[in-house]
Amino acid sequence: MALAERLLQGDKRAAARLISMAENHDPEAVEILKSLYQRTGRAHVIGITGPPGAGKSTLTDKLAKAIRARGKTVGIIAVDPTSPFTGGSILGDRVRMNDLSTDPGVFIRSMGTRGHLGGLSKATQAAVKVLDIYGADYIFIETVGVGQSEVDIAKNADTTLMVMVPGLGDDIQAIKAGIMEIGDVFAVNKADRDGAKRTATEIEMMLDFNKTDWRPPVQMVIAVDNKGVEELLGHIMDHMTHMKETGKLEKKRVLNSKLEIIDLIQENLMRMILDKSSKEDLINNLATEVAARKADPYTAAEMVLKEIK
Amino acid sequence: MDRPIRVLVAKPGLDGHDRGAKVIARALRDAGMEVIYTGLRQTPEQIVNATIQEDVDVVAMSILSGAHNTLLPKVVELLKAEKADDVLVIGGGVIPDDDIPFLKEKGIAEIFTPGTPTSVTIDFIRANIKRK
Repeated sequence: MALAERLLQGDKRAAARLISMAENHDPEAVEILKSLYQRTGRAHVIGITGPPGAGKSTLTDKLAKAIRARGKTVGIIAVDPTSPFTGGSILGDRVRMNDLSTDPGVFIRSMGTRGHLGGLSKATQAAVKVLDIYGADYIFIETVGVGQSEVDIAKNADTTLMVMVPGLGDDIQAIKAGIMEIGDVFAVNKADRDGAKRTATEIEMMLDFNKTDWRPPVQMVIAVDNKGVEELLGHIMDHMTHMKETGKLEKKRVLNSKLEIIDLIQENLMRMILDKSSKEDLINNLATEVAARKADPYTAAEMVLKEIK
Repeated sequence: MDRPIRVLVAKPGLDGHDRGAKVIARALRDAGMEVIYTGLRQTPEQIVNATIQEDVDVVAMSILSGAHNTLLPKVVELLKAEKADDVLVIGGGVIPDDDIPFLKEKGIAEIFTPGTPTSVTIDFIRANIKRK
């Protein structure tokens, strides 16, 4: 049976294989996603982001269990970094999700960033579509541990959950631009530690300046003890309800679709440029000249572009 | 092949010694592979489910508890039942030489005992994965 059909019937191997194909730039994956695109858009996509070690995986595990207790199905895409030197990676998010791995209502997939910046991998959007078609009611995307500017998740999720922990810095960190702006819901994890209240207050103070009609809730949680998780899930659901009622969901999805189209144009253009020219050699030669100051990078880029026209 | 080899590294059974598994995970990472590390005390069912969801080429299991003759063949059996027998299954850990022929007969492609250089395991994986 064709892969597309198997996916529609909820075949987990078909889902798994299709995600791999998308990761490996297999053109067949694109064709299948084209044909099934109308089946997507059903799931509530929740992005989970925050610094390394904040407890994103543990919290995802607990939130997924809370959703399962409500009888709904869950897809989880967990992204970890790929080595820029060897292309290898250690994807370790499943370690926190072991109880979920035999639940037939949960599908977990680990992905390496494979050179993509922004906190996700290039194929993450394709993987979300696959799990949506596969039938997940809720899809969690867990980003790599982020620093200050990895905001791609907001382009991919309906609701972005920002996981913070106490002790990472003073209130000036909270008012900087970047990731602190993308949270629709905030969790202060490890809330039993010193400084948790202060962290929550600093986030609240930052949020006081927001001018939108959705005030992101700040929830104290202790993920390992499953404390505050039900409340947190409640906030996530409330956000979705708010988005639907105000028509913001539609607007956000239009904007995200636009961004996706632009991303795909860029990707295809880059591939065209590098393929068509098989300019690898030319670029390598130019790089040598630029490094030796025999040419400049601006002219070099113009030369490559001229070759393609 | 222009895609990274994907390997699931798992610790079946009840021993809590994951130093070896972590060393292997790190060595495979440095060899350019994508390693899905699943941690301690995995049941064969958990390992097989993860194998399928992650669509890996290789399942590498480290076991030091002595239960290898039960747990490793069980994983192969469950993979077959799921029609996922295109996955290469290998094992490592404290496994007596006398048990190795039995394990190979049961479908574990190779057993790497203490002292094996990581390069041997890496070369074996590269040479023996079943999918293009």
